[in-house]
Amino acid sequence: MISVSDLRITFNKGTAIENKALQGVNLDVNDGEFVTVIGSNGAGKSTLMNCLTGELIADSGRITIDSQDVTRWKAARRSALVARVFQDPLAGTCENLTIEENLSLAHARGRTRALGLAINSGKRDLFRERLSRLRLGLENRLEDKMGLLSGGQRQAVSLIMATLQPTKILLLDEHTAALDPRMQAFVLDLTREIVEESGLTTLMITHSMGQALQFGTRTVMLHEGAVVLDVRGEDRKNMTIPDLIEMFGKVRGEELDSDSLLLG
Amino acid sequence: MNIVAFLGAIELGLIFGLIALAIFLSFRVLDFPDLTVDGSFPLGAAVAATMIVAGYDPYFATFAAIFAGGMAGLVTAFLNLRFKILNLLASILTMIALYSINLRIMGRPNVAIITEPTILTPFEDLGLRAIYLKPLVAGVIAIIVALLVARFLNSDYGLAMRATGANQKMSRAQGINTARTTYVGMALSNALVGLAGAIFAQMNGFADITIGTGTIVVGLAALIAGEALFPARGMLMAVFACLIGSVLYRIAIAFALNADSIGLQASDLNLVTAVLVTAALVLPGSKNPLKRLLSKGGSK
Repeated sequence: MISVSDLRITFNKGTAIENKALQGVNLDVNDGEFVTVIGSNGAGKSTLMNCLTGELIADSGRITIDSQDVTRWKAARRSALVARVFQDPLAGTCENLTIEENLSLAHARGRTRALGLAINSGKRDLFRERLSRLRLGLENRLEDKMGLLSGGQRQAVSLIMATLQPTKILLLDEHTAALDPRMQAFVLDLTREIVEESGLTTLMITHSMGQALQFGTRTVMLHEGAVVLDVRGEDRKNMTIPDLIEMFGKVRGEELDSDSLLLG
Repeated sequence: MNIVAFLGAIELGLIFGLIALAIFLSFRVLDFPDLTVDGSFPLGAAVAATMIVAGYDPYFATFAAIFAGGMAGLVTAFLNLRFKILNLLASILTMIALYSINLRIMGRPNVAIITEPTILTPFEDLGLRAIYLKPLVAGVIAIIVALLVARFLNSDYGLAMRATGANQKMSRAQGINTARTTYVGMALSNALVGLAGAIFAQMNGFADITIGTGTIVVGLAALIAGEALFPARGMLMAVFACLIGSVLYRIAIAFALNADSIGLQASDLNLVTAVLVTAALVLPGSKNPLKRLLSKGGSK
């Protein structure tokens, strides 16, 4: 389980462009939960995600994963616990390396990298088997450069890479935002399939209210660096997109405080 | 061109092939434009020559030169990673510092080892004349090193290093300590240059403070030539392209200097090199490392 308590981070502290990106985020996510995270631009969604992966180290507060305090761990060290798919298809893979080399990099996540061959027949078989589930024919293109694939194909491979090694949390940072609608649907279906199959604890940032309710078991809304809405179970089932948009608007208008939002 | 000049060009080409390999590691693999080589090449020569004169075993002296080169690479990486100095500038700082260090090591601008034992000495009994022996030994060393580098780049750690140069954020997300891979890569790269310097000193019988000037340009020329002639598919091909490119480049230079009709002299070498590299620079090609260096200003 992930536990985030009173997480705070401020960028450019003490300057004119000071930005309090996270102002005390509290969030407990149980094992196997699939949380969708929404919020307007600048709400702190990506900052929260970067704090979870270790790309950013928070100013104060605590992050524990499986009761290990990882607050001060850097990204490389956390990678054994956290797998991530980036928003930008170019960011999550190396375009100058081949498909199998990218998969091999992910295959060694959380392990010691030594001088054994990065690609051998055993790994190749594994990569082929994993890629074949995508039904994109990539299992026959292992030696092609990653840069030859479309954005959607690269995101699909990123998902395979994220689940190649056991992981505690899967973080999806608007991973379908840069794709065309058809590829978006494909990657989302694949995401659902993989998450259900593996039972991974998942956080998915999205800009789409529809996706936020349609996917996962719980929805969290961030605003100005804090959690302002947290719904699950029956409440969430009965919630419609207009409800959510209305709340979104209210939060942005700051007409209601977070307590009444939670009760509503 | 006579046979002596031809074999001399091959020998020099193989030695500078090691430097092309080193530049492949820094510029290509790590995406780290590294000019330290202008200092670490004479450093390797200075360490090897000084130790040989002091009576040390030439093989031990050569290993010391490799180690010294590696240290120089670590300094550049340290300046860049620890103090966030722009990689290009960090390497220039190390390079300029090494000029003084090299003078300190040698105690004077030039150390002659023409009469001293070298790594060639054990092979002199084979009955081969020196003009054949030198390129042969240089070739064996260069091929062994190239095979080791290719094998390394195909390993899990080598792949992590290649990923570091290609996409740092992704590398960290995959658990790669990108600072460490950069340190290791820069040490490895400059260790190869130190080795090249040590071999150069022993085959030519001297170490001189000025031999480093333009090393980076010659190495880049060799790298570009190799990549233009053998577009790489796989690491083995890429590393051998460096060696072959370097040898062909040296042969081309030797032809240019030896052709009486052109009227060039040996002292025109740097001019010819600069013209050739400039030609490579303005020729089309997105993989041109010089172009990347200029267009990005060496930034990451």
